Amino acid sequence: MGSEYAIEMLGITKRFPGIIANDNITLQLRRGEIHALLGENGAGKSTLMSVLFGLYEPEEGVIKKDGEVVRINDPNDANALGIGMVHQHFKLVECFTVLDNIILGVEPTGKFGLLKKDEARKRVLELSERYGLQVDPDAKISDITVGMQQRTEILKMLYRDNDILIFDEPTAVLTPQEIDELMQIMRNLRAEGKSILFISHKLAEIMAVADRCSVLRKGRYIGTVNTKDVTVEELSAMMVGHNVNFHVEKKEAHPGDVVLHVENMTVASRAHKNNAVKNVSFDVRGGEVVCIAGIDGNGQTELVYGITGLEPLVSGKIVMQGKDITKASIRQRSLAGMCHIPEDRHKHGLVLDFPLDYNIVLQRYFEDHFTTHAGFLRRGNIRKYSDELIDQFDIRSGQGSATTARAMSGGNQQKAIIAREIDRKPELLVAVQPTRGLDVGAIENVHRHIIAQRDAGKAVLLVSLEMDEVLDVSDRILVMYEGEIVGELDPKKTTPEEMGLYMAGAKRDTAGKKGA
Amino acid sequence: MNKKVSLLKKPAVQTLIASLLCIVLGLLIGYVALLLINPAGAWDAIQSIIKNFWTYSKHTTQIKNLGNTLVKTAPLLMCSLSVLFAYKVGLFNIGAAGQYVAGAGACIYCAVALGWNWVFCMIAAILAGALVGSISGVLKAYRNVNEVISCIMLNWITLYLINTLLAGVKEPTSNYTYSITKRLVVENGVASTVPNPGTVLPSLGLENLFNNNKYVGLALPLAVVLAIAVWVLLNKTQLGYELRATGMNKNAAKYCGMQDKQNIVMTMAIAGALAGMGAAMLYLTGIQQWSVTQSSVPSMGFNGIAAAFLGGLNPIGAIFSSFFIQHITDGGSYLDMRVYSGEISDLISSLIIYLCGFVFFFKTSLTNAITLREDKKLLDERRNKEGGKAS
Repeated sequence: MGSEYAIEMLGITKRFPGIIANDNITLQLRRGEIHALLGENGAGKSTLMSVLFGLYEPEEGVIKKDGEVVRINDPNDANALGIGMVHQHFKLVECFTVLDNIILGVEPTGKFGLLKKDEARKRVLELSERYGLQVDPDAKISDITVGMQQRTEILKMLYRDNDILIFDEPTAVLTPQEIDELMQIMRNLRAEGKSILFISHKLAEIMAVADRCSVLRKGRYIGTVNTKDVTVEELSAMMVGHNVNFHVEKKEAHPGDVVLHVENMTVASRAHKNNAVKNVSFDVRGGEVVCIAGIDGNGQTELVYGITGLEPLVSGKIVMQGKDITKASIRQRSLAGMCHIPEDRHKHGLVLDFPLDYNIVLQRYFEDHFTTHAGFLRRGNIRKYSDELIDQFDIRSGQGSATTARAMSGGNQQKAIIAREIDRKPELLVAVQPTRGLDVGAIENVHRHIIAQRDAGKAVLLVSLEMDEVLDVSDRILVMYEGEIVGELDPKKTTPEEMGLYMAGAKRDTAGKKGA
Repeated sequence: MNKKVSLLKKPAVQTLIASLLCIVLGLLIGYVALLLINPAGAWDAIQSIIKNFWTYSKHTTQIKNLGNTLVKTAPLLMCSLSVLFAYKVGLFNIGAAGQYVAGAGACIYCAVALGWNWVFCMIAAILAGALVGSISGVLKAYRNVNEVISCIMLNWITLYLINTLLAGVKEPTSNYTYSITKRLVVENGVASTVPNPGTVLPSLGLENLFNNNKYVGLALPLAVVLAIAVWVLLNKTQLGYELRATGMNKNAAKYCGMQDKQNIVMTMAIAGALAGMGAAMLYLTGIQQWSVTQSSVPSMGFNGIAAAFLGGLNPIGAIFSSFFIQHITDGGSYLDMRVYSGEISDLISSLIIYLCGFVFFFKTSLTNAITLREDKKLLDERRNKEGGKAS
């Protein structure tokens, strides 16, 4: 116990072909502190953590545990050293119970390999009481809330006696109430002597809970500060390298004609037998941003699938600019001026193994400008158009238009999609979590583009899980809960707390489905 | 120095280096295997495999046998085009063998039983291959049946169906079908044959180049043209763009309004058509007759997989890799059968084929090694510059 630090990563350098992901990075986690790791997407946070877990071997640098140099070759080594992590996307077996998931991989067994679950249950209950982690050990993961799933992940670490706990963007999926709970849990853990590394790009949360904060930018170490000594503005400037305007500036909205009219729409779910969207009706007018708010998994995804044509409707009607498009193909909707920034950029938004320019023309490769009548691609025009958008939207990549989309950072992939969709001059822009995974500077940029579309008289349907985004960008908020629209709120009048109640299903408008 | 690095970074050069490496390694391991079995004849054996037709001392015989290898290269190239075309669209067409069988059956039947001209026989083969391919495509697109499974099963189904079909046109005294230059005529229950030379692929005068090897003709030039056409289709056309997008990411293809399901069916149909056409290129030369009692799927389709990979999944590369694989396969037949059993040649070629799987491994290692070295240089430069600034 010669060192005040639980874990030290000193001078870590990790290169990938074409990129230096970590350039001489130092991170020192004190025993019993909450240490935030702040950085934009592509700053090298994930790489650094992968190095810590032995998934990557760094070219340079050492890792020390309690002052001793250690070698971590795989996640098992990390686990043996007491390092545990709650991933941004939980690693839980959906059809197992909470208890089964906690003991997964370290199952206590008796003779003949029989499970001794009673012992495990006792320990789990003990731990959950001690740290204030409410869970039902016998509930199936698929039946419990995201908050409880996260608590299950935390218990997994505690069950393994980990004392260095890493939280990777833990608040992204939580309601404001759940975030408060998580913050309290983290403080409890600190009080019990655990050391916590909190990876985030949400400055308010870092200020609220962390003792110290290390900042990375573009693969390089910028510095470590005591959160007490800095302001939010200073932190953000450290992260992005320049000052950022937090508030979205926008003029008064001037809603015009109805562009999108959705009537009694019902969409089936792929995951379960019930319908994911139940009898939903609403309008979006030109010149306004309507935001669908709600906790992830309440039917937003399927609602968008229904509107964009990725899933057929069970019943209901969709009208765009007076034309019934309920049965129209995706291509027809797209040609009618519906542009779609998809929720999952890897699944829908990009062909990752195509070069950037081919991705840029994904929605218009068939136009005369890009294809000859004989069916040959006009590669020169494609390249030129792509170069223009890259320039205009500041899409950064290793080899410009020729870069494979897979080799680009998440933020720049998203920029490419946004550029592609916005440059098509949409009548209706359907943007689903357009800022997910983007850094502060990029978020500001995306919001500006969305507002610009609105101000140009276009209709914008925004689906977002981020409370700030919902309140800042939208002109009207529709809250979705379990496949229904449970309330319509005015962003100027409502509060995060009120929205949280709607989102959690604790409150709903008696009038029910409202439309404009 | 700089120039050398940039040349090494070219994908085509890398594929070439990796493929050659595979071949050398395959031959080495093959040689070791021969040494283990019988050290005495190993050196001779590996020589004859590599030499193939050069075994003969007479130039004219050499040329004639080179012709035979080329005749069989054409169908192999078509099968490898079939495999690589589907592979570029994200489908593993292990069914090239079955589609090839369908093509063989269709063209032989149309030639012998119906007496059609070679053009129509070839079209029949193309359609038959496309039909078998599209069955796997439909199952994949609309029922999400893995194409590998359906292809393997269809290989066998097709083989026995074709055996049954061709049993009607076999010689009464053997298990082989009639030569395609004869037409079967049945009158009052009595079968007889009439000559029908119109079924043979035109030679275009190429036979004269190969010491009057009458089997050499249109097939190989046509296959090479098609290889180039496949390359153009994949890389330069809107259809190729759509098919590749669908293959790489079906969801993104759907998202941007492509007909993802039709594209999958079309891909398998085109792949099947290529393999079926390959069969016509072999059987319409008359070099081989079909044995209606064969109980294993002809290896041509499977060798096509190897040729596709050895050629770096590039249609142009496939031209050369197909020739090479056919070359060593034929070379195996010159082994001294008193020393080694006949299967040895298959062993050597399969070793090389097996190592073809490593083409991409070698290629990626090469790229990574080069880029890492360059990065390190860049990093050092950057540090030096900053060091200079700081001091």
